[in-house]
Amino acid sequence: MSRAGLLSIGDLGREGIVEVLRLADSFAEVSARAIPKVPALRGKTVATVFFEASTRTRLSFEAAAKRLSADTMSFAVTTSSVTKGESLRDTVETVDALGVDVMVVRHASSGAAAQVARWVDACVVNAGDGQHEHPTQALLDCFTLREALAARAGSTPVDDLDGVRIAIVGDVGHSRVARSCVLAFGALGARVTLVGPATLMPPTTQGWGVEVRHDLDEVLPEIDVCYLLRLQSERLREALLPSLGEYSERFGLTRDRARRLDPDLLVMHPGPMIRGLEIASEVADSARSLVTRQVRNGVAVRMAVLFRLLAGGLPPVPGGMDPGALATAQPEPETGGAQHG
Amino acid sequence: MAERAGARRVLLRGGSVVGPSGLVRADVLVEDGTIVAVEATIEVPGGATVLDASESVVGPGLVDLHTHLREPGREGAETVETGARAAALGGYTAVVAMPNTEPATDSAAAVRALQALGARACVEVAVAGAITVGRAGQRLAPLAEMADLGVRLFTDDGRGVQHAGLMRRALEYARPLGVILAEHCEDEELAAGGSMHEGVWSSRLGIPGQPAIAEESMVERDIGLVRLTGAPLHLLHLSSARSVALVRAARAEGLPVTAEVTPHHMALTDAEVASYDPVFKVNPPLRPGADVDAVRAGVLDGTIDAIATDHAPHPPESKEEPFDSAPPGMTGLETAFAVAYGALCCDASTGAPSWLVATETPQRLASLAELFMAMSVAPARIAGLDAASGQGGPVGPGARAHLCVVDLAARWTVDPAASASRSRNTPLAGRELVGRVRHTIYAGEPVVVDGKAVR
Repeated sequence: MSRAGLLSIGDLGREGIVEVLRLADSFAEVSARAIPKVPALRGKTVATVFFEASTRTRLSFEAAAKRLSADTMSFAVTTSSVTKGESLRDTVETVDALGVDVMVVRHASSGAAAQVARWVDACVVNAGDGQHEHPTQALLDCFTLREALAARAGSTPVDDLDGVRIAIVGDVGHSRVARSCVLAFGALGARVTLVGPATLMPPTTQGWGVEVRHDLDEVLPEIDVCYLLRLQSERLREALLPSLGEYSERFGLTRDRARRLDPDLLVMHPGPMIRGLEIASEVADSARSLVTRQVRNGVAVRMAVLFRLLAGGLPPVPGGMDPGALATAQPEPETGGAQHG
Repeated sequence: MAERAGARRVLLRGGSVVGPSGLVRADVLVEDGTIVAVEATIEVPGGATVLDASESVVGPGLVDLHTHLREPGREGAETVETGARAAALGGYTAVVAMPNTEPATDSAAAVRALQALGARACVEVAVAGAITVGRAGQRLAPLAEMADLGVRLFTDDGRGVQHAGLMRRALEYARPLGVILAEHCEDEELAAGGSMHEGVWSSRLGIPGQPAIAEESMVERDIGLVRLTGAPLHLLHLSSARSVALVRAARAEGLPVTAEVTPHHMALTDAEVASYDPVFKVNPPLRPGADVDAVRAGVLDGTIDAIATDHAPHPPESKEEPFDSAPPGMTGLETAFAVAYGALCCDASTGAPSWLVATETPQRLASLAELFMAMSVAPARIAGLDAASGQGGPVGPGARAHLCVVDLAARWTVDPAASASRSRNTPLAGRELVGRVRHTIYAGEPVVVDGKAVR
């Protein structure tokens, strides 16, 4: 059984989320430097173990680990012995035996990260498990949103999202991003509304603390943030929708719908976006869109998550353990630390 | 059982015998496979094997209507020999072997082969046949040929018969054969892709669920077909409150419908799946507490005739896969009595293990007679094993000596590694149970003595 990792937003609670966001503030500064690197996790090894295709999440975690001077290992299912029939347990135990401190796991099955955490000694970070959760996505969304709201108010970011009205639109039922975001936004005090056709809602939202609505046009004037989810075309094959056109017409941020939006409404999307389906290009590329910032902030937030998990065993660093001080510490000389990506 | 020269005697001494009016302090003497005396004190006859039954109850050997022995085809998970041994350790003297073997038990040849294996096992192995060829739900298997070999129960278990028209014909065809069909109620379209009960927990965990209606709609359909055909039907492992209510109404109508529930559906809820451990994946799925209450209430009011294990062994590696790709099923033979006893006969004040979910609605406690009725008498009658081989009691002179002796006060912790099954997929690892089988006597032979299998 591994040490506590990050499997669900529920593992953090409000306190934990705020801690990660504050750490991420510091690491965002590091990322902005000419040499965006600190020696915080020198000697530690972070393995990304992805059983499902992903580019941005894996690269984001690897960039985060490298900026913290950790060694990285990368395991992708297409190049692994999983294709030869090795079980999930054997595969992750093999990686664990190589001596890793953090295992970042993505898998197409809900709960896979929790299972892996029972089998390995490494600390497990869930990078997306089936339709369950994708906690670091929700954290970077909180970070991005709080940054955008602060910029608008001309203030420094505050810790919570008290009273911010957020609609999560689309395929909530099948979305790990939605499950993590509902927990994270809710923990920070936001008011969350889920919007989409009934066939794409979870069977029940009892206990979620959200409102469920089915008419996007009714909801849009009542919200501050519209968080769009990706729609996978397999929902059409499963007969959950009559057509992609009907979906787009009713639940997409189309050009027509965009014209009627409040100018202050913010738009978010976890990517990858399907332009013309859930979001029109005019919206995706507009000033109200936070999509690019979501991706950019991913690295700082994941640095914060990794740092927080491994900080307990760290050697003293200049300036002690204060993350603000860490961020100003000298970068690791480029000659140090073997890195195998 | 082969006849032998010279009387073979076994004396169960110091126990209390389970009877319809409660427990009676009595010794039980067995001679050549038959109970010859049940009396307050019996002198030890010469050459008798004496088994201590003090502080314990002596009941009829348990009969399991629903056991997956996996042989032939998946001997890595279980064999007739190891499954029968696990059954004996659980107090069973007979099990009905489900036909979802590989190949399926859907022909006279397959029945004969399994009967031959069963004849060497340490408890009675009654063979169930498939309703349709290959359990594929397309055409009838040779029910009459298999019935001629003594098969009394037919099922496509693991799957329900999806086509209503075919199920109707199966019931019609089976009726004059004097056999019973048993249905695994699951509408595959409604259940499609579901790995757990659809509800609060599946929504939160992001695991696609199967709604209870997937079970209930087939229960309702089949009750209608029984009304149409007049043929008897047994409903396997019912798990939802509405299923129990449908059976209650059918029974009130006088329809020849019998039903069983499993110990795990009486004990565990879908909240267990929050661990994402595939040992909690089972079909039908674990349900919420209200359903757990309803299946317990169904046993208490007699709507549910039998408690059956649905013992479904799987090798460890298959339960170390992700939840959605792991196979459904739990082992249960060695723990069934204790789980059922804890769920039905005990409450907090009488020593029920704390993990056994508290019922949301208060219920009376079952008597031991009722428990043995559901775990021995009724299942023996449903499978025709009362007449065929004297299973299901009573514990009285002249009856076949199929017996189990249980220490109701014994508390023990489930250790999967200690199981006699080839598999380890119990959902109860590390949990405390109360009530432990001490001895099992099959056809007059002690097959379990002091909690240890003799062979």
